[in-house]
Amino acid sequence: MKSDDTQALPQTESGYAIEVQDLSKRFGALKAVDGLSFDVKRGEVFGILGPNGSGKTTTIRMLCGILQPSSGYGRALGFDVLREGEKIKEHIGYMSQQFTLYDDLTVIENLRFYAGVQAVPRAIRKERVARMLQLAGLENRREQMTAHLSGGWKQRLALSCALVHEPEMIFLDEPTAGVDPVSRRKFWDMIYQISDTGATFLVTTHYMDEAEQFHRLLFMSRGKQIAEGTPEYIKHECFHHNLWQVECNKLAQAAHILQDIDGVLDISLPGNVLHVTTNTSVRAEQLIENALQAAGITVRSIVRTQPSLEDVFVSLTSDDMENSREESDSD
Amino acid sequence: MINWTRLWAVVSKEFIHIRRDRLTLAIILGIPMIQLTLFGYAVNTNVDHIPTVVCDLSNSREARLFVEHMVSTSYFDLVGYAGSFEEARDAIDKERAKVAVLFKSDYSRNVKRGASEVGVVVDASDPLLASSALSASAQVGLDMNIEVVGEQIAAAGGVAAPYDVRVRALYNPNLRSANYIVPGLIGVILTMTMVLVTAVAIVRERETGALEALITTPVSKTELMVGKIIPYIAVGYIQMILVLVIAWRVFAIPLHGSFVEMFAIGFVFIVASLGVGMVISTIAKTQIQAMQMSFFFFLPNILLSGFMFPVSAMPWIIQKLSHILPLTYFLVILRGILLKGTSLIDLLEFVWPLVLFAPVIVTIGILRFSKKLS
Repeated sequence: MKSDDTQALPQTESGYAIEVQDLSKRFGALKAVDGLSFDVKRGEVFGILGPNGSGKTTTIRMLCGILQPSSGYGRALGFDVLREGEKIKEHIGYMSQQFTLYDDLTVIENLRFYAGVQAVPRAIRKERVARMLQLAGLENRREQMTAHLSGGWKQRLALSCALVHEPEMIFLDEPTAGVDPVSRRKFWDMIYQISDTGATFLVTTHYMDEAEQFHRLLFMSRGKQIAEGTPEYIKHECFHHNLWQVECNKLAQAAHILQDIDGVLDISLPGNVLHVTTNTSVRAEQLIENALQAAGITVRSIVRTQPSLEDVFVSLTSDDMENSREESDSD
Repeated sequence: MINWTRLWAVVSKEFIHIRRDRLTLAIILGIPMIQLTLFGYAVNTNVDHIPTVVCDLSNSREARLFVEHMVSTSYFDLVGYAGSFEEARDAIDKERAKVAVLFKSDYSRNVKRGASEVGVVVDASDPLLASSALSASAQVGLDMNIEVVGEQIAAAGGVAAPYDVRVRALYNPNLRSANYIVPGLIGVILTMTMVLVTAVAIVRERETGALEALITTPVSKTELMVGKIIPYIAVGYIQMILVLVIAWRVFAIPLHGSFVEMFAIGFVFIVASLGVGMVISTIAKTQIQAMQMSFFFFLPNILLSGFMFPVSAMPWIIQKLSHILPLTYFLVILRGILLKGTSLIDLLEFVWPLVLFAPVIVTIGILRFSKKLS
């Protein structure tokens, strides 16, 4: 999306929209973000995943130029995040967690306001606002008061407001939190439509099922990055355990029994099977079968299976938690 | 370096907020109405119609003449008679009367001898009322003396009144409090609403998170702050006009002076008040805090600015304090223009501090505002 109303960007040889090296932010004694290093290529839809409080929002705020990093180096669209925050702001769109719309303004008034604040030239403003309404599917609700919109509509309106000046880079902070699945699907459709025009997206989420939507992603836990790469790469290279799919009866009871076995790290119930994550050091297949049969549970099959991103994430965060416990023990 | 498109976007959005927010509208229109009613009618510094009891043990024509004279001044309202001095004192203790007039049984005889004593007992727990009662009753005694003595001297062929003091009360000949208070209310109302409304409007935007989205846009601090206060300048003018119309129609206050000058200095004062609101918004974290700080600012303004009590009667240190407040200057100018028809040029020593204060406080507000989160 080449913008016609913002000034030219400095040419970055790297072709990266975001370059981050050892970026950190402290709030007093708390390290909210701890030594982050990653790049986002131009045109990518890049995701940051992590549980609440893992430092995703702090990272986005630093990259937008509204929060001063404590240390490290970062560039957004070639501008230094420490010193050139105001320049970054000329080229980005930002949508924060609380869909920052004005409830007492109508849909079209919100769009007009952001178009005005972003100084979209008067000559093209009307057409631009109309296009945004169309993109969000809000044409028939243009005169509706924003307060009366449902979550999904608000979210799409907030995205339209962030896009109204056709920015090169769009930051979305947990845009899909608290929105129904159909609306989430429509929202992602919007993102990909804009992404096709060349804009770069950096999106945070704690929904694992959204992780597959990203070109590349970064896992965060307690302010640190714990994995980075394409979804495929992370699934294959970042999973340091074994995942077993167990078919049996009495699933709940089976899960309960397996919890207590040494080497079992995590159990989940995706549908009518059990997913059991184990250490690679144990002969898990045998252990699981013996334990379940001893309890009178009929085991139909035990097979090793490919982890989903969620499985990888859970195992990585539990590793990270373990490390932190050891750290504090050794203190 | 102001981008007009951006500025206009902020201004028009703010106008929509004001139009649609009932609470803001209530503050803007309700506060002037309430203040006008409170101060225009209730606050009266010249106390009259003081409830008075009479205890006349002489039961004489002379005593009745004295009481009649007192009532005719309209300072005293006769509310009853007491049979004894104790009963009269009791009436004051029980709040039935504020003044008791006492005549001894030999009053009538003493008048003829030239040694009559009239006792006037005043409840001085309210000094304002007491001083009014004291001077009015003393005046009655003096008038009656002059009348009697004058007759005697005239009969003897002498000059009854060699000194003739003629007092002329300028600008407010009837000494009506409303004439003094109501024009001052323009300043008080503007101080109260302008500070409160801007402070709350900016903090509200921060509380709802809308400001976080705004500070990621290229809109500058100046565009944002100036854009937010422009609509309230219009609001301030509406309030000024409202109070002026009511002062003229309801309180029948004679308005002199130039309205152009009045609205010109009004602009400066409105901007100064909005600036104070901006500064408060950069300190307060929540809307409640913003309100508390606004009232904290408002209180010294109403007490120390000369709105109710003359600044010249205050101790030196308080006078210095009152000269920090923009309202102190604005009140002098307001009353000068409206009551006396004085022009701004003649009020220059009060005009320049305001003209200096307004841009300084707005600049402080803009500088303190940060496009970063902390």
